[in-house]
Amino acid sequence: MERAALPRGLTWQLGSVVELVDETPRTKSIALELPVWPGHRAGQHVDVRLTAEDGYQAQRSYAIASAPEDDHVVLTVERLDDGEVSPYLVDELRPGDQLELRGPLGGYFVWEASLGGPLLLLAAGSGVVPLRAILRHHRIVESTVPARLLYWARALDDVIYRDELTANAFGDSVDIRFTLTREQPEGWRGWERWTDMELLQEVTWPPRERPLVYVCGPTPFVDRATFSLIALGHEPGRVLHVAFGPTGV
Amino acid sequence: MAISRGFQGRRRSDADPTRVPPGQYVTDDFPVLSAGPTPHTPLADWDFSIRGAVDRPVACTWNEFLALPSETVTVDVHCVTKWSKLDTVWKGVSLDTLLDGVETSAEHVLAFCDGGYTTNLPLEDVTGGKAWVAYEYGGEPLEPEHGGPARLLVPHLYFWKSAKWVRGLELRDHDEPGFWETYGYHNYGDPWKEQRYHGD
Repeated sequence: MERAALPRGLTWQLGSVVELVDETPRTKSIALELPVWPGHRAGQHVDVRLTAEDGYQAQRSYAIASAPEDDHVVLTVERLDDGEVSPYLVDELRPGDQLELRGPLGGYFVWEASLGGPLLLLAAGSGVVPLRAILRHHRIVESTVPARLLYWARALDDVIYRDELTANAFGDSVDIRFTLTREQPEGWRGWERWTDMELLQEVTWPPRERPLVYVCGPTPFVDRATFSLIALGHEPGRVLHVAFGPTGV
Repeated sequence: MAISRGFQGRRRSDADPTRVPPGQYVTDDFPVLSAGPTPHTPLADWDFSIRGAVDRPVACTWNEFLALPSETVTVDVHCVTKWSKLDTVWKGVSLDTLLDGVETSAEHVLAFCDGGYTTNLPLEDVTGGKAWVAYEYGGEPLEPEHGGPARLLVPHLYFWKSAKWVRGLELRDHDEPGFWETYGYHNYGDPWKEQRYHGD
């Protein structure tokens, strides 16, 4: 596996919210102006810290949705109904507000053009966020590495970055496919299937082509996808993944 | 301190604040964070070995491991991704037991695991009743997704030091960073000093 030192982005700083974009009914993108930004690599995250008037603080990690080359650092946050930080970020935050964060963080789940491909990106739900940063970076640096995103969502309304993804704003070397597991619009010609071995076999390059795979989503999805890929013969060291959420224990 | 306009927070009244390190929140769930796919090593192929700077390497099979004296401990665990879980109950073998009779001048250990994961710890942090190789959680065999059949349990450090799917310890004269430590996490990882990342 690639090993790299992490750039230091450890100091807490206050960013200004410059724009909020509704991505889905539960998901918002927050564009931030930051006093100091050492630059990030696609796939990294930041830690966000909220402080109440009495000094109580809460921290969470959020993936960076923007490419390193984009004008602003963008976080895309899904509102978790029983969450403490995400409902504030999605419901309360306004343009002009300040948001405390530090980063970029994480040196494992990153892609840059020198790592090559072919690049297979598997996302479920808000797991698409760091993969969108990868796709934007891929486009901006005009990478010729073939890339494919397979994105699982419940319904079309839950697809984050829907316009960008369906317009294929990422160029000809990028192939984007959706699977809508719960509700399909009329005339839907995409997939409806969950993560099964046949589907993965259909969308991925054969193991001999050594695709570099990034998997991000809720734990059961990530477990199932990585297990299937390795069973299909892909190298464990080329299947990178980040899982989030409870396990249902 | 920068106040977040309109942020109330949701403090838990049932959690003793003195048991929650800075920046952590208490959860009843048991979230999972892994760097690699969940390995499924058959128990017949499993062993736990101690190697490196030792007078002679030792290894025990799964059955030999289960036959060692075990302890049941109730501890709080703190994950670097911000969740803490209080009063978790584990059954396992103390590292004092596993290291009993091993002669070494080493001051560091590198725990190694199925799937290639490693993590580094000072030897003094895994001896003296501070660390276990756990194989039961909440009275049940440890699930593979939580590190089963057996994981390291070092509750006084961030939970990535409690390596899942652990297969042994390499005793080392010199410290060597493990997996997450190489990718920017803190080398030691004391949750009470909030040592999350390299440089904290």
